[in-house]
Amino acid sequence: MPTSMTDGIAKDETRPPTKKLTVGEEVAIKMVSVHKWFGEFHVLKDINLTVNRGERIVICGPSGSGKSTLIRCINRLEEHQKGKIIVNDVELTGNLKNIEIIRSEVGIVFQQFNLFPHLTALENCSLALIWVRNKPKVEAEEIAMKYLERVRIPEQAAKYPGQLSGGQQQRVAIARSLCMNPKVMLFDEPTSALDPEMIKEVLDVMVELAESGMTMLCVTHEMGFATAVANRVIFMDFGEIIEQNEPHEFFNNPQSDRTKLFLSQILQH
Amino acid sequence: MEDSLILAAVLSLVVYIAIVIASTIVAARKGRSAIGWCILTLIIPIAILFVAIAAPAHTQTATSAAHYETGTDPGTRNLIARLWRNQETRSVIIQIIALTVVFTTLALILRNVVINLEGLGKEFSFKFLLYPASYDITFSPFIEYSSRSTHLRAAVVGILNTLLVAACGIVLATVMGFIMGVLRLSTNWLVNRIVYCFLEFVRNIPVLLHILFIHGLVVTQLPVPRQAVNFSDSFFLTNRGLFIPQPIWEPVAWVVAAVFVISISFVFFFRCWAKKVQDKTGRVYPVLWVSIGAIVGATALAFLATGMPLSWDFPELKGFNFKGGLSIKPEFVALWLALSYYTSCFIAEIVRSGILAISYGQTEAAAALGMSRNRTLQLIIIPQALRVIVPPLASQYLNLTKNSSLAIVIGYMDVVATVGGITLMQTGKEMESMIIVLLTYLTISLVISGFMNWYNKKTALVES
Amino acid sequence: MVDGAKTYEVGQHPEMAPPRSEVGVLGWVKHNLLSTPFNVVMTLLAIWFLWSVIPPLFEWIVLNSVWTAESRKECWDKMEVPEGAACWAFIKDRFGLFVYGFYPADLRWRVDLSFILLVIAIVPVLYDNMPGRKFGLLYAVAFPFITGWLLVGGFGLTPVETDQFGGIMLTLIIGVTGISFSLPIGILLALGRRSNMPVLRILCVTFIEFIRGVPLIALLFIASTMLNFFLPPGTVFDLLVRVLIMVTLFSAAYIAEVVRGGLQGIPSGQYEAADSLGLTYLKAHWLIILPQALKISIPGIVNTFIGLYKDTTLVLIIGMLDPLGVGRASLADAVWAGLAREVYLFIALFFFICCFSMSRYSLYLEKKLHTGH
Repeated sequence: MPTSMTDGIAKDETRPPTKKLTVGEEVAIKMVSVHKWFGEFHVLKDINLTVNRGERIVICGPSGSGKSTLIRCINRLEEHQKGKIIVNDVELTGNLKNIEIIRSEVGIVFQQFNLFPHLTALENCSLALIWVRNKPKVEAEEIAMKYLERVRIPEQAAKYPGQLSGGQQQRVAIARSLCMNPKVMLFDEPTSALDPEMIKEVLDVMVELAESGMTMLCVTHEMGFATAVANRVIFMDFGEIIEQNEPHEFFNNPQSDRTKLFLSQILQH
Repeated sequence: MEDSLILAAVLSLVVYIAIVIASTIVAARKGRSAIGWCILTLIIPIAILFVAIAAPAHTQTATSAAHYETGTDPGTRNLIARLWRNQETRSVIIQIIALTVVFTTLALILRNVVINLEGLGKEFSFKFLLYPASYDITFSPFIEYSSRSTHLRAAVVGILNTLLVAACGIVLATVMGFIMGVLRLSTNWLVNRIVYCFLEFVRNIPVLLHILFIHGLVVTQLPVPRQAVNFSDSFFLTNRGLFIPQPIWEPVAWVVAAVFVISISFVFFFRCWAKKVQDKTGRVYPVLWVSIGAIVGATALAFLATGMPLSWDFPELKGFNFKGGLSIKPEFVALWLALSYYTSCFIAEIVRSGILAISYGQTEAAAALGMSRNRTLQLIIIPQALRVIVPPLASQYLNLTKNSSLAIVIGYMDVVATVGGITLMQTGKEMESMIIVLLTYLTISLVISGFMNWYNKKTALVES
Repeated sequence: MVDGAKTYEVGQHPEMAPPRSEVGVLGWVKHNLLSTPFNVVMTLLAIWFLWSVIPPLFEWIVLNSVWTAESRKECWDKMEVPEGAACWAFIKDRFGLFVYGFYPADLRWRVDLSFILLVIAIVPVLYDNMPGRKFGLLYAVAFPFITGWLLVGGFGLTPVETDQFGGIMLTLIIGVTGISFSLPIGILLALGRRSNMPVLRILCVTFIEFIRGVPLIALLFIASTMLNFFLPPGTVFDLLVRVLIMVTLFSAAYIAEVVRGGLQGIPSGQYEAADSLGLTYLKAHWLIILPQALKISIPGIVNTFIGLYKDTTLVLIIGMLDPLGVGRASLADAVWAGLAREVYLFIALFFFICCFSMSRYSLYLEKKLHTGH
């Protein structure tokens, strides 16, 4: 029976693989004894986490528990003070070269979309391809259109973010990250800023992404999404990982009291 | 004199009819009856106007309006009350009243002006501009001027001086302002605070004090020409001005100028070509460095190749002052410096809030995509920041131009000092002189506002 | 969970202090001053700059300065190095002039009383939570007439010519009068500019753009030379009154722009709600729209006031004696000639204190309103 584990690999051999693909053996992300402080505030306490290639992980927890900070440390949007973070065998330190390599392999989708308002959807997606990967414009736009089709809004390519709805903007943001061909995708509460009727369209895109085998770390409150595609659900509170388990066990058999309290609060409605 | 009265009346009428036509078109577009509007707004005020101007004995023209308004029989009163309650006609009535009040006041003022001028024996005309000015303007770098030139020429010199100090001030203020704005964003606490203290100190002190202070510094602290501060025997800093060598170009120097122009056009073509190459193959050429290198290198080569066709006229001390060379008056330097650093403090604040207005998420998103700091600035931050920065920046440029009118205090001959100062006092033509001064500043202000509106429209974010 | 040597139970990890190099004084120095090589260079440059500027300045202004003397010569004789320090005795000697101008010395109590009345009038305007506020506002309305009478005289007090007004008193008169009268006019202009009636809108726009396009000095010249022409022959207006009128109109145009921005910031739903409640235009604006608009525009209004306050120095160009004018006139006196730096520093200090306090107050207001939203 899985209890609170330090290393978790959910090889679902007992159940028939429904929408879940087999997870690979390679380690995509490894965090060892990671601590982080904001000034005097100890926001991440001794985080140990291993994510294998192809795994989909959902992180949940009360606000202020450090979930966003954890995933933002992975691509150096936040700096950790102690411990080691290793992404795709490259260690994340102050070394700018390493940071560059890691950032080119890790994509992130923000809660506030952070689209560039003065560029069209197509330009938002092709910008990094042109200026970072040095691709010719035509090729960059082809790739961008391909991913805009994948998130199902190719007809909005020439529109500016101000002309799009929240759900469309977030899908453009997802396409923008996908254009860089990342090996890992981070999602920082991607649907929290959306109106309810638009959450579904974004979640559909994320589910389709998961089914294609992308390694994903999601901070989200959408438990339906967790049940559908996650291999593991992690519960964080006050900067620590309290519990992690595969979704069915996590929701029906929470081990810790704090997990039980949290689940009772969010699953009420 | 009667002519002036009639002229004034006709002018007011023309202006008024133009306003009526314009507002009728607007009203018609909004669906109101154009003819009714026209009649209502034309007839009553015209009647009142003529009563006011053509009959000088009457001073209370408002009584005729009052008679119309209250009426004497109940039928009229009810009509007025009904009109007042109706939203559309009420606004028409209010506008008629407003126009009547304004034009009556204007007519009264005009009448007073005419009577007063006549009483003082003055005539309203611009003929004085053609009379000789008989005063000297020592600072006239663009056109010839002597005390035998006309007042009109003096006015032109004044306007040019205003534009000169405004343009130089704008350039220096922008450079200083941007530097200080960026320093204000620095993570280095010491640098940040020092700049902050400087900005707060300068901003809270009137600009006139700054001008007087710098001018005092220049005049009292700098030595007399005989003991000038000497830079390698060619630059002399004195309290009579900054004397620098004047460049004298030989005729063959036009080759260098031509090469300079050609290299600039080359840079334009190179940029277009580099963009095309980038679109096609993705390769990025270092456009900035190549441009700078090309312009500087080509010009220098041409300069050397033609045998350095440049000689200098060095200022030389003759008697009590310097002769030869280029002299930059201390008043100009003082005004320019004071205006520049005063306005740069406001520009620094504008630049800082413009850059801060761009949410940090933009930088994070660009960094997460792998873009370098410079590329992020070039492609994401600066385009968005400029949109926020340029409108208040244009206002500050206008403020600098208006503040240059304080030149009269230190003796710099700008348009206020020439036309509004000496010419006004000599000829006694207050109205005409002030009209010229006001027109100058209004024109400059219109040009800058026009540019601002154009820029706003061009860079507005597209929103549904 | 492993943390070096200790192992904690799940969920029991205590709060720990961050590594020493990250916080406290060392951490602050590291992040703010020495984070990159470039930063280190900047820090060193900044320290050198401070070192070369501040101690000599301090010596000149405070340490070696002379506070009592009868003339400049005596002042400089008292110093080790003539001109090596500030001669504040000059300011002390002329202090009455700087504050009151040429107001008769025995009647200066009237000016002091007016100032005290001013402070009493301002306090209820600035601080919301004062008891008896209605009373205070009524007093604020009566205040201009009371102080006007006190300063100018007549009706039982010895009259004083307005061209004897000068110094800081003149600055306060022009500043406070300009501020208080331009605010209502500016609000009316702003409302007119946003009105649906084209005539009103065109009139207001023309006035505002005209005033904003010309420098204040041109308007002051008009006030001093031409304004008499606009009135029926024979009327004579005090120069001070003419200047007050011009300054008020000038400031009103800028206030109009600020208030217009505030009015634009109010969601149209407010207008609709007021209309649907059956409020007339006047009532809707007085009770609903203007309170909100003014709240939003207060920082801009205070900034305009600070600008107006600084602009009062321009009256020296048309011959009135504000503190700067008094300073320049005193410098012409042979006894004290040559002490320009002390005069300018003193006036700079006066303006800095006043304007800095006003901008701090504006920041305080902004913060207060932010939490209120």
